Amino acid sequence: MSDLVQAPADPGAAAVPTVAEPAAPPTGTPSLLRGLLPLVAGVVALVVTLVPLRGQGWTTAAVFLLSVVLLHLGGSALGRRRWGKDFDLTTWLCAVWLAVIVLAAILAPLLPLGEEQDLSQTLDEPVMARPDPLTNHPLGTNNFGLDLLARVIYGARASLVVSIGAVLIALVVGGAIGIAAGYFRKLTDATVSILTNSLLAIPPLILLIALATVLDPTLPNIAFALSLMALPSMVRMARASTLTFVQREFVLAGKAMGATHLRLMVRELLPNVLLPLLSYGMIIVSVLIVAESSLSFLGLGIQAPEPSWGNMIAEGEGNTFEEHPHIVLVPGAAVFLTVFAFNMLGEKARKRFDPRQAKI
Amino acid sequence: MTSNQTLETVPDSGRPDRGQLLAVEDVRTTIHTARGDLKAVDGVSFTLDRGETIGIVGESGSGKSVLGRTIMGLHTTGPTTTISGRVMFDGRDVQSLGVKELRSLWGARIGMVFQDPMTALNPVKKIGTHLTETLRKHQGLGRQPARERAAELLDLVGIPDPRRRLDQYPHEMSGGMRQRVVIAMALANEPALLIADEPTTALDVTVQRQILDLLGTLQDELGMAIILISHNLGVVAGRADRVAVMYAGRIVETTDARSLFAGAHHPYSEALLRAIPRLQEPPHVRLAAIDGAPPNMITPPIGCRFAPRCAYAQDDCRQVLPELRPSSESGPRHLFACHHPVNRGDA
Repeated sequence: MSDLVQAPADPGAAAVPTVAEPAAPPTGTPSLLRGLLPLVAGVVALVVTLVPLRGQGWTTAAVFLLSVVLLHLGGSALGRRRWGKDFDLTTWLCAVWLAVIVLAAILAPLLPLGEEQDLSQTLDEPVMARPDPLTNHPLGTNNFGLDLLARVIYGARASLVVSIGAVLIALVVGGAIGIAAGYFRKLTDATVSILTNSLLAIPPLILLIALATVLDPTLPNIAFALSLMALPSMVRMARASTLTFVQREFVLAGKAMGATHLRLMVRELLPNVLLPLLSYGMIIVSVLIVAESSLSFLGLGIQAPEPSWGNMIAEGEGNTFEEHPHIVLVPGAAVFLTVFAFNMLGEKARKRFDPRQAKI
Repeated sequence: MTSNQTLETVPDSGRPDRGQLLAVEDVRTTIHTARGDLKAVDGVSFTLDRGETIGIVGESGSGKSVLGRTIMGLHTTGPTTTISGRVMFDGRDVQSLGVKELRSLWGARIGMVFQDPMTALNPVKKIGTHLTETLRKHQGLGRQPARERAAELLDLVGIPDPRRRLDQYPHEMSGGMRQRVVIAMALANEPALLIADEPTTALDVTVQRQILDLLGTLQDELGMAIILISHNLGVVAGRADRVAVMYAGRIVETTDARSLFAGAHHPYSEALLRAIPRLQEPPHVRLAAIDGAPPNMITPPIGCRFAPRCAYAQDDCRQVLPELRPSSESGPRHLFACHHPVNRGDA
């Protein structure tokens, strides 16, 4: 997912003339001191959280947050100094986070993690342990002594597979329908518009709950239900960007060379429509991660004890959140970071591939 | 009375008759819009021999491009368009052909060059793919032979280092180079007829000349007929055997380029000629523009379409639509549609 943004696979990107970078550090680059000072302070704060403030609860968390902010300040100042002022540390961190969470989810069985769902394995583990990076349970445990780090990573498997799968389904089906609607216009377009509008008229959560009552809560079924949520916007996106390309002369040129409708749609339009669709897909993934979490939170998605971010958050019901906030904060942070990263990268990609900004 | 010196005229006589390729007979293309029926082409007839070039000149909205696309069969009678009249291409009525037959005609027997090379190429497809796709479809060539032929074609249209260019994307080339690629695409299957719809409008003047010269050279080599559509008389003058001036969906005057420049009989052609800026004029002379705007083609005037803007218009011009016909003194090949033609004494 992340290489979509890093590698300019799009030929149009290379068309933009690169601005010559002056050899001397240009004005506006931060001084070395402005980078190093927060960085050192951040490292100090991090060490403070790990050793003297170990296990102090909210104080530890606050100092940890402070150290993260300081590290980010120092890192982005140093990065701008080294790679020019277009360097955006946040974007890179988003890409790194997604890469780490995806890799961890794929490699989960190989990682030295604690137990994530078998209660019989955790009888002598501490219950509701606070997050402490220097113990066996870096992110703590839940009320059954199950390791939260392991549950977050196994939960990522479910959440990511379901939401990425749903986006792929929506991308293929919605893309095909949208391109056909934008290409043929007239009756096809009218029919498709009515169908997408009716789908959009149903409140998404109601639709999901209705589907969940009919379908078994298995991964493919949840992915299918979520894909219905993403479908209308995909169709609209594909249709809109098809419309901008279909009136360009290369489509008429293709027709004047004897190309069939299918060929025009697949060879001329699809490659142009795909880039904006993929970047939009990134944003939709984040919406679906939240939707899947809501479903699991309501008990309609992935069923406990199998972990998903949504049903992990649901464990904080009752008084648990007040007494043991980490039960909710740890999976909540995972959802927040992942959604934020997908949004940031999707937005970056969208800006680059937006059909309204295509010039060639 | 002699025209612009920079324009060379092609001798009309002396070419052997190579037989008729295209006959356009009273073609009318009506586009149904929300505001009414727009008569984009309203009764156009002409013929074109093999290897011949006809220039179609007219201002924006005069129906030139619609005529080109109607001839090609890209516009067919359907919910949005009605076409009457006949377009006989190589003995077959284009409008009566089915989609399959049309597709085997397009790109193979009739090629089309588009106005804007910036949009006529797909930005995400390599130059090589643009060319090989049509070669493989129409000539059934394999991957490698099609590539060889594509390189030959790029060489033919004067693109240096064609092999390297095959793997480039359109944005890596200049406008002139891209137009050469568009021409190479149109010529890939050696069509009998090439419709060039404003092929040089989007290019700058020096490149315009190169592209027009290239079209002329290729015509001599491949022997195809060309319909050269342009709003620029200067573009058409040096290259076309015959020129047809279009106004509001109708041909108002057609003759060989030399006699048009020597003495246009239709006031519109005359006004067009006068609107060409000339180098020998003193600086800051007001450009001789034509007053007014072309008529609304949903409700065109009853009589001569040009009458509202014509300096010579009389009562009959506003009542009776003049037919395209020859005059006794200018010979059978010089046709014009005017009740009160100009330049008759000194033609």
